[in-house]
Amino acid sequence: MSKPSPRRLADYAPIAFPAGMLLAFFVVPFGIMIAISFYHRVQGGFYEPAFEFANYERFLTAFFGGVLGFSLGLSSLVAVVAVLLAFPFTWLLVRQRRQVQVIWLVFLLSVLSLSEVIIGFAWSTLFSKTAGITNLFVALGLMDQAVSLYPSFGAVLAGMVYQAFPYTVLVLYPALSRLDPTLVEAARTLGASPFRAFFNVIVPSLRNTILATIIMVFVFALGSYLLPQLLGRPQQWTLSVLITDQAIYQSNMPFASAMAVFLVLVSLGLVGLSLLFGQREKA
Amino acid sequence: MHKNSPAKPSRRAVLAGGAAALAASTIGFPSILRAADKTLKVGVYGGYFKESFDKHIFTEFTKASGIAIESVAEPTGEAWLVQLEQAARAKQAPADVSMISQTSMLKGQSVELWAPLDEAKIPGAKNVHSHLQNRYPDGRLCGVGAVSWYITLVSNTKVFPEAPTSWAELWDAKHKDQLGLLALVSNSFLLEVTATTFFGGTKMLDTEEGILKAMEKIAELKPNVKLWYRDEAQFEQALKSGEIPMGQYYHDVTGLAAADGHPVRSTFPKEGGINDSGSWAVSKASKAVDLAQVFIEYMCQPSIQALLSRKVGTSPTIDAKLTDLTPEEFAAVSSEIAPIVPRYDLYQEKADWLSQKWTELIVG
Repeated sequence: MSKPSPRRLADYAPIAFPAGMLLAFFVVPFGIMIAISFYHRVQGGFYEPAFEFANYERFLTAFFGGVLGFSLGLSSLVAVVAVLLAFPFTWLLVRQRRQVQVIWLVFLLSVLSLSEVIIGFAWSTLFSKTAGITNLFVALGLMDQAVSLYPSFGAVLAGMVYQAFPYTVLVLYPALSRLDPTLVEAARTLGASPFRAFFNVIVPSLRNTILATIIMVFVFALGSYLLPQLLGRPQQWTLSVLITDQAIYQSNMPFASAMAVFLVLVSLGLVGLSLLFGQREKA
Repeated sequence: MHKNSPAKPSRRAVLAGGAAALAASTIGFPSILRAADKTLKVGVYGGYFKESFDKHIFTEFTKASGIAIESVAEPTGEAWLVQLEQAARAKQAPADVSMISQTSMLKGQSVELWAPLDEAKIPGAKNVHSHLQNRYPDGRLCGVGAVSWYITLVSNTKVFPEAPTSWAELWDAKHKDQLGLLALVSNSFLLEVTATTFFGGTKMLDTEEGILKAMEKIAELKPNVKLWYRDEAQFEQALKSGEIPMGQYYHDVTGLAAADGHPVRSTFPKEGGINDSGSWAVSKASKAVDLAQVFIEYMCQPSIQALLSRKVGTSPTIDAKLTDLTPEEFAAVSSEIAPIVPRYDLYQEKADWLSQKWTELIVG
């Protein structure tokens, strides 16, 4: 099936509306942010138009490098763990009856609709000493006394994976549901165990989907700023937390913008690199 | 309820009303319409504070003046200042008059965010403590002290049957992972607390060496801190449940929570509670400066200041002798112990240096 490529201006009309929305609600605000990142910060006040690199200079220190590295590492880990959990889950899900699938998808969508605030408070209660899951373990005789499981790296990771999981499933779902079932049947006929068929046939045939999903979840996780605050120690605060501090609490928009621009550039660079490697492997 | 009672609005009317309200909230009423209706949008800190104001103060004001109040929940910290400033650039005022912290007052003054006020229209402002009559360098009045409050040492009474007595308690190694402290240098005022508790006063913060020395001391209490909170709600629940049984918090809100039966208490440490204040200030983008001045004058009255102390738990911004507060009532909202007064000047002059060093201190 081939479509004629657009020739006249009118042929582009259908994309005018989404393009306009993209321009108005993404390109323009992002442009403003880039502009402000070069503005002059007036200490004890706000900012004034200028063109200077001071905001970027302030960012280029070992301290912020460390925070940036941690944020990228945490988001990558969240993405990998979420995909590790979501991939087998989605694989099992697409093989269920349609009705069961719908119920699960509605449930996942409702989880996705929860705000970061609610997820954060819910997990901090679950991890608490006074009302948390360790009380259950004590009741079951698995533990001697209830303990607090937060603030910790594990708590932050759990909260963020929980937040990313429904999103991951929804991204994987179309590709997995379209996968030709005869592939597995063929593998099984040739004597592969279900386990082996899954890892030797399903996973490799969806390698690009998996990579793309990891990247999308990575970007999704990078924006999380409340969960690290609620569930982590200051050492686990991500760059997004520090950006919020500067923008909201220090009214230092130029510096906050510079950090945000830097974060976007670095993550775009990483996404580009991984796509490049994906292409190479394919070739 | 009668199904077809005439008083019941039709579904269509409800929908239309909802649509109108939605449109109004997104576009904002034209200011002329608002002036005609005599409605004033007032920003106060959300939560307990706003609830108490809505219930006890604003209704009384509307009865007395005929001006309706639309209260807006403002976030603590400088978030509201940033929003007001951004909105003013677009000639919008999310609230006509807002309660603004002293640090934010200074920052707003530096960009002339606050509308100058007519002192002749607010004669009561003269009674307000002089340091809470906020003025531009040329003497124009731009803010009037609204309420004072204290940040004190709070604890859960179930976990700690004995009340702590000193800020030094925060440094005690036995409180590992038990404290909730405010996360920012400019709202925790922990530098002032440290300087007063261990170094004989906030004078040492005059120099950067002094500040760094105080920060070194603060680094020692980091293992005790379970939560560095930015938003009150993050800490309040954990304090009530005993999950985070000690920390710094607002004296008034803690008193209200204790009155509701929660096992919490607020203690004035022997070094003094942190005395912070909010001022009423009017955004320069507001079209209702006249109404705002009526409101501010009303709030300065001794009887209203006393009402605030009784109902909201704040400390008066006028001399307590002018009010009819009994010594007991005054003691409930304040203390005889000399307070720790924040060094607001630092948070303006050294804002960026302080926030950088502070972040490195907490995160590092």
